[in-house]
Amino acid sequence: MNLRKLFAGAAVAAVALPVIAVSAPAGELTIPSLVYRTGPYAPNGIPFANGYADYWNLLNERDGGIEGSKINLIECETAYNTQQGVECYESTKGEGAGALVYQPLSTGITYQLIPKASADKIPVFSMGYGRTSAANGKVFEWIFNFPATYWDGATAIVQYIGDREGGMDKLKGKKLALVYHNSAYGKEPIRTLEVMAEKYGYELMLLPVDHPGQEQKATWLQVRRERPDWVMMWGWGVMNQVAIKEAASIRYPMDRFIGVWWSASENDVLPAGAGADGYLAAAVHAPGADFPVHADILKHLYDKNKGAGERDRVGEVLYNRGLAAAMWTSEAIRTAMKMHNTKDPTAAQVRDGFENLKVSEARLKELGLEGFTYGIEISCANHSGPGRAAIQQWDAKAKKWSIVSKFYDRMPEITGPLIEADSSAYAKENNITARSCN
Amino acid sequence: MLYREAGQFRTSYEDDQQVFPIRQDRWAVALFLAVAVLAVPLVINDYWANAVLLPFLVYAMAALGLNILVGYCGQISLGTGGFMAVGAFASFKLTTAFPEMNLIIVLLLSGCVTAGVGVLFGLPSLRIKGFYLAVATLAAQFFLVWLFNKVGWFYNYNATGQITVPPREVFGFLVTGPEAKPHVAYLFTLGFVVAFALIAKNVVRGRIGRMWMAIRDMDIAAELIGVRPLHAKLSAFAFSSFYIGVAGGLIFTVYLGAVEVTEAFGINLSFLVLFMVIIGGLGSILGSFLGAAFLVLMPILLKNVMVDWMGMAAVTAKHVEITLMGVLIIFFLIVEPHGFARLWQILKEKLRLWPFPY
Repeated sequence: MNLRKLFAGAAVAAVALPVIAVSAPAGELTIPSLVYRTGPYAPNGIPFANGYADYWNLLNERDGGIEGSKINLIECETAYNTQQGVECYESTKGEGAGALVYQPLSTGITYQLIPKASADKIPVFSMGYGRTSAANGKVFEWIFNFPATYWDGATAIVQYIGDREGGMDKLKGKKLALVYHNSAYGKEPIRTLEVMAEKYGYELMLLPVDHPGQEQKATWLQVRRERPDWVMMWGWGVMNQVAIKEAASIRYPMDRFIGVWWSASENDVLPAGAGADGYLAAAVHAPGADFPVHADILKHLYDKNKGAGERDRVGEVLYNRGLAAAMWTSEAIRTAMKMHNTKDPTAAQVRDGFENLKVSEARLKELGLEGFTYGIEISCANHSGPGRAAIQQWDAKAKKWSIVSKFYDRMPEITGPLIEADSSAYAKENNITARSCN
Repeated sequence: MLYREAGQFRTSYEDDQQVFPIRQDRWAVALFLAVAVLAVPLVINDYWANAVLLPFLVYAMAALGLNILVGYCGQISLGTGGFMAVGAFASFKLTTAFPEMNLIIVLLLSGCVTAGVGVLFGLPSLRIKGFYLAVATLAAQFFLVWLFNKVGWFYNYNATGQITVPPREVFGFLVTGPEAKPHVAYLFTLGFVVAFALIAKNVVRGRIGRMWMAIRDMDIAAELIGVRPLHAKLSAFAFSSFYIGVAGGLIFTVYLGAVEVTEAFGINLSFLVLFMVIIGGLGSILGSFLGAAFLVLMPILLKNVMVDWMGMAAVTAKHVEITLMGVLIIFFLIVEPHGFARLWQILKEKLRLWPFPY
């Protein structure tokens, strides 16, 4: 080997190593975006990241930022990997005047960031994922997980099943199966479903699927043998499409198969073709690109070649999810600006903005999102918002999702004690004294 | 000129048997340690600790452990991720069951627990060799991860199976948890790694290490000259698993603070550590460090150069980084099939003659 070349390479590397980040000009709002456009979950990570980026860029292009402050969006690639997520967090938290809020986008990274961001005093907005008991704002001061948690999702799905069966009392003796990603994420709804099983008398069947979920023959063989009345799914990535394909191949009725909102995208149902027709999934916002804000995105971004993704994928379910995340975050920043009367709020002020966030249906209309989702109101004690979810259904012929139920309210009598128990266990383990919220 | 040993006479057995017989080597190591212990803690920040140095140190520890087994004793293992999970869960159970216990003792005990598990899964090595052994240890990997995900006792029956480390102090300094200062966490980990690297360096050049190497080079010949394969192989498994277990404990307690077994200790981790050993150099203590440095630090360096210097989009940079890492691994293995450690050796030989090579 030519040692001189090796030395030259090593010297370049040594010089490059100390440089970590170029700082952004002051007076900008620094929003890091931890995305995964690579790795096993990329097909789902890309539309979310695009929706998130497009909404921030739209604010910059159309309105000149939030209340006149430009947004500096920094994408950092995590590949859904916890260690890379930590690296992203550490490298972006000091950018510009300091990162304002994190959207960790993976259960593993969320668990990582909950203690870290709390210590660094940066809010984390894990929208509809992460640690459910972070709903308790008394213990988790810096973490927000509105509009709904997994436990709310589980209660909404069971309520929908009750409606279809003709009343919650009809659930007695029914058999409900849960096909879940065998990880922290997939295990989240189990306790809630177990408590509800005791209350309503249904039988719960647990079917774990190991990462990444390519191989599910055994799982669905079991479904075929035991014939549960309903199948629920907490899946992610390739696991979703494999499950839907397998369900179709054993001719399991699709309108009795309900996924959580992360098993509810176009990517999941399209591979199964006509077999996926009628598949149900929970939703916290509407699908489709028919809202005025989408028209604005197409006009201000995609017409000028500034869009983050492909034009015809604007309005996909996960795209809209990213858009919703950016919308709520930007409203929280706006709230913070008004509360503290400043143009560049700090992370701590943004946290106050989140805690006093109120996005009513009238405000959604002003934002060009009328009927997109429901109004929310966050408080000191409740960081998970109203916790409502509806059920959407896939139409394979039209290749479209549509919402087919009302928005179900959460069942605080079921999830409340569980949240209390889990958050107080966390507080005890980590020597946190719950703050008072009066 | 700078690296010439002329005039260094060894006049006693002690001189002859020391770890670094060449004076320049001793200075270099002392200087390196002095910088690592005295200078680095002064400038270290959260980024350098959590994203660069802590992962490097814990992976170096794991590579050290695997190198004892694969590099010195010649037993291929693909169960590293599973054994690291044993270390992590042992330290979790110990520190939550006995909150008063010093974290150093917790980690050492987790190492011992892992050593026991390692011996258990090392038993097949007495009958099977090579690829067959690799398959047997692969079973350990899958079994252990499944076990920690399945049995609630291991994660104290919490809702999700995630384990989180409680804040723990060592000698009055907070080492774990988000409030821990980066230099404390760094020095704590560095202490472990330096101490155990020294122990490993001494063990492998002593009676036990020679026994392992005899088994590695030709087990039948070794048996004929009186090395007991049972002792040699199982002690290698025990030593190696101890290191790997401590590394797993360190990953969980100091570096990540919260782990989920399927995500953090999957088969990918086993391969990553094995690659560190192979690229760094089989049968070399230094090689473990070089391999860990290459596979942990190189992606971060590439990312920083491409994203922050060249202004590449994060995702493009990631794709380029994955490709470049692959190319670099192939390049280095073609140029020097024996890993970085061998490259360093060649460099040392050339340095001895510099500037007048013949």
